Amino acid sequence: MIAHTGLVFGRWMRASYRQPALIAFTLVQPAIWLLLFGQLFQGVVRLPGFGDSSYIAFLTPGIVMMTALMTSGWSGTSFVQDMERGVMDRMLASPVSRGGLMAGQLLSNATTTLIQTILVFAIGIAAGARYDGGIVGYLVTIVASMLVGTAFGSLSNAVALLTRQQEALIGISQFVSLPLTFMSSIMIDPTVAPHWVNVAARFNPVDWATIAARQSLAADPNWSSVWRHCLYLLAFTLIVGWLSTRAFRTYQRSV
Amino acid sequence: MATHAVEAVELVKTYPAGRKNPPLRALDGLTVSVGEGVVLGLLGPNGAGKSTTVKILTTLSRADSGTAVVAGYDVNRSPDQVRRSIGYVPQKSSSDPMATGLENLVLSGRIFGLSHQESLQRARELLERFGLREHGSRPVKTYSGGMQRKLDVALGLVHRPKVLFLDEPTTGLDPEARANLWNEVVRLSGQEGLTVLLTTHYLEEADRLAGQLAIVDHGRIVAEGTPEALKASLRGDSVHVELVDPDTDGTVRALLGQLPGIGEIVVEGNTLRARVDRGATAVPAVLGALEDKAIPVVAVTVSRPSLDDVYLQHTGRSFRVAEEAA
Repeated sequence: MIAHTGLVFGRWMRASYRQPALIAFTLVQPAIWLLLFGQLFQGVVRLPGFGDSSYIAFLTPGIVMMTALMTSGWSGTSFVQDMERGVMDRMLASPVSRGGLMAGQLLSNATTTLIQTILVFAIGIAAGARYDGGIVGYLVTIVASMLVGTAFGSLSNAVALLTRQQEALIGISQFVSLPLTFMSSIMIDPTVAPHWVNVAARFNPVDWATIAARQSLAADPNWSSVWRHCLYLLAFTLIVGWLSTRAFRTYQRSV
Repeated sequence: MATHAVEAVELVKTYPAGRKNPPLRALDGLTVSVGEGVVLGLLGPNGAGKSTTVKILTTLSRADSGTAVVAGYDVNRSPDQVRRSIGYVPQKSSSDPMATGLENLVLSGRIFGLSHQESLQRARELLERFGLREHGSRPVKTYSGGMQRKLDVALGLVHRPKVLFLDEPTTGLDPEARANLWNEVVRLSGQEGLTVLLTTHYLEEADRLAGQLAIVDHGRIVAEGTPEALKASLRGDSVHVELVDPDTDGTVRALLGQLPGIGEIVVEGNTLRARVDRGATAVPAVLGALEDKAIPVVAVTVSRPSLDDVYLQHTGRSFRVAEEAA
């Protein structure tokens, strides 16, 4: 499986760097979000609950997670393209490991997330965000964002295998990712959000990642909260990763 | 007893009802076997169950019931061994358009466990053999349809399979590219005892490529044999009468039916086809009878039996009509 993961990963990485327009888009989009939302909600820091931190510093880890979520929603389109051609069928009639077929694609998706995360941080810091936490904070944020990318990437791949349609995939992905973005602490501190949003956020993997990132970047992190949320996120990623690999069987039953 | 590279017995496959479609019984007890080194053509109109058969034999799909053994392995019990022994060229182009021809072939070789060096060598060999050598380093999306199809076949051969499955290898190709690919398949079949199972809805293709034919209709095999044997099993010749007006009330049919030496008659629109003992004597009789009744005729032709006649004989429909119905 590891060898096949590597081969499949190589295939998708090669395909991505051959599409410079797509790379530009995936990088420009988070930059716009960060700067746009940063301007739009600047006044929020004057609300109680934000302390003296700047909004851009608050927002940056949130936009990291939002970017990971939104970009990964598209992950399944590569599977749809493979199904529209005969590539998926040829692969599934070959000895390729199903786990490798899934993991290789997700790894290439996580690589995109990694680059986006670094870019969002760079822009955030250029716009004035400062973090008291050390290098560990950045590393936790990067790992958490890659987990978000992998979890929602594998959900997107599973939806692709089940629906086999680009339109259905995009529709479902939008339907899921917008509520997950807003029912979280990505843009707003939980203390100023309505109670029900905070309740919903407790079950939101994107919020787990955002909390872990913000905590670990703070001057005095609550490490038990960081690890707990990372652990939830990891468990969630593994479960959806396993389920989405099962979706190959459902696809094969329908061809 | 000859050994069989493929042996499928009583395959049944029903696709569940969708939102728009009723449940579809794609295979209805299909039994077929292919001897080692043989090129078998599964011939039938769209929707007859050809692709479904191939998908089951390549382990992509599973039959509801029935058994299938490919290259000595049961498709349900040992799918991995089957996958290692076969090459599968799906109906739709199966190359990655963003990768080059060479990259596609190398990746396929690596997946089948060849080393990078071996894969590279094999990939170059196949590009050469399929006349794609100069195009090996270009992305597949820049290839013509014929080139893509050749690459698809090459992808099915990288790991030197024992059995090659070609699902509609030339559908959508222009005549020149089709003839070109036919030559490649003919060359292949002579080599290394490779067994080929190909599906087609082109009578001409089946006649040209297949050493053995199996005619599929409504999920079952209705006739089997060499193309020559199938044609020879039809007695006599075939006469086609094209009328100006369709024979709606059956007058022409009744008229011709009375003539001596005329077998069964099938009417489709303006055309009547009749099996006759001897074409040379039947044509004047047919023309005379039609002239007596002043029935206008566009053309009368006589021919040796074709696969179309074989198809007609076994399914009660001509190939063209079956295709239109599908």
